Amino acid sequence: MNAVTALIGRDLKTVLRQGSSAGTAVGFFLAVVLLLPLGLGPDQALLARIAPGSLWVALLMSVLLAAEGIFQSDYEDGSLELLTMGETPFEIVALAKALVHWLTTGLPLAVLAPLLGFLLNLPPDQVLPLTASMIIGSLGISLLAVLGAAITVGLRRGGPMLSLIILPLYVPMLVFGVSASSPATAIGGETAASLAILGALSLAALVMVPIAASAALKAHLQ
Amino acid sequence: MQKLANPKLFLRLADMVRPWVLGATIVLLVLGLYLAIVQAPQDYQQGETVRIMFVHVPAAWMALFVYSFMALAHGAGLVFRHPIAHIAAKAAAPIGACFTFLALATGSLWGKPMWGTWWVWDARLTSMFVLFLLYLGYLAVWSAFGEDNRAARIASVVALVGFINVPIVKFSVDWWNSLHQPASVLRAGGPSIDSSLLTPLFIMALAYAGLFVTLWLLAMKAEVLTRRIHQMQVAQAGEA
Repeated sequence: MNAVTALIGRDLKTVLRQGSSAGTAVGFFLAVVLLLPLGLGPDQALLARIAPGSLWVALLMSVLLAAEGIFQSDYEDGSLELLTMGETPFEIVALAKALVHWLTTGLPLAVLAPLLGFLLNLPPDQVLPLTASMIIGSLGISLLAVLGAAITVGLRRGGPMLSLIILPLYVPMLVFGVSASSPATAIGGETAASLAILGALSLAALVMVPIAASAALKAHLQ
Repeated sequence: MQKLANPKLFLRLADMVRPWVLGATIVLLVLGLYLAIVQAPQDYQQGETVRIMFVHVPAAWMALFVYSFMALAHGAGLVFRHPIAHIAAKAAAPIGACFTFLALATGSLWGKPMWGTWWVWDARLTSMFVLFLLYLGYLAVWSAFGEDNRAARIASVVALVGFINVPIVKFSVDWWNSLHQPASVLRAGGPSIDSSLLTPLFIMALAYAGLFVTLWLLAMKAEVLTRRIHQMQVAQAGEA
């Protein structure tokens, strides 16, 4: 446990001092939100209708953008290999990495997104459901991003492939995330039901991703 | 099963089986197409367009079957370390991707006269589209990592994670209200299609399966030979 907290602490410190990938993700998110209304025209009613979906898509892309570097430096300087030899199960190491990614990228973006909703004329009564759905969903989103990073870590240009592999897996989260935050498109009609399914998806990812990610990383390191 | 780990033996067996499967495929395809296009009656609602079913449904079945097979082969490859298992999955992937594309394309051609649209974003169509992307991602892994043991293990992870989508495709028409019709052949209580349409459908499905086995054996042979050439080149470079 001590080793895990130390690892999380070290990674958090690195991200906070360098601030590179997480900061880029936020900037990318802002840029997408800027482009959308310009591309679609400033029709307020249209923007209000598509705001939750647009913000969700922007969130998914921004998280993936920051994902490429999750294991990169640790892979290059050999510390990842050292971590496989430690007493801590490698699945837990992958989980710790995912947690750091969530805290530094997924969660900040999820909190920031609904605020940017005001730029897209998001109806005020949808802000709270959207925030809730993004916070709940962002855990699963970060976990899957970590899986993508683990799969592509050895590649010099892994970004496009990471997106190709992981974006399809985001489909269920996007569907239920949007349906939780915009009652009009809700499949079951209930925000609470969509949030529950979203939570279930995140929890399923919490169990399965560390196993898959550590298998992929070990394949790279052998 | 263990004996097949010897590539030489495997190739000999595959070469022996392949012509027979190919012959059966041709016979079934001719018979199936005759029954589907000439013999089968028109549907009282859909008219002639019901015949699209005979090329569309088997393709969709094969798309799901091939992905499940890949996941199974990779699972076996990880557990038993059988060298042929990963190759079997790799050889099946492009064929499965083609079947998925065929199912999407023929479905689109069928959708235009029946639903009045080429495409709708409903659960069945979307999940099938996702399946196609999963095939592409899987193939991208192989092309990015080469052909060694590392590539095989990473491809296994990708294939097994993506397998989550297969039951979603299968049950999408039951879970969500979909424009696509619900299951009418493989369902509890027996098929809801008349046997005059069902018989040609099954024959076509067998023909598709035969085509898959033929192409798959050929692709595996090509893969084994490619690796052998690669090894020989490496050995030659070492001597020089």
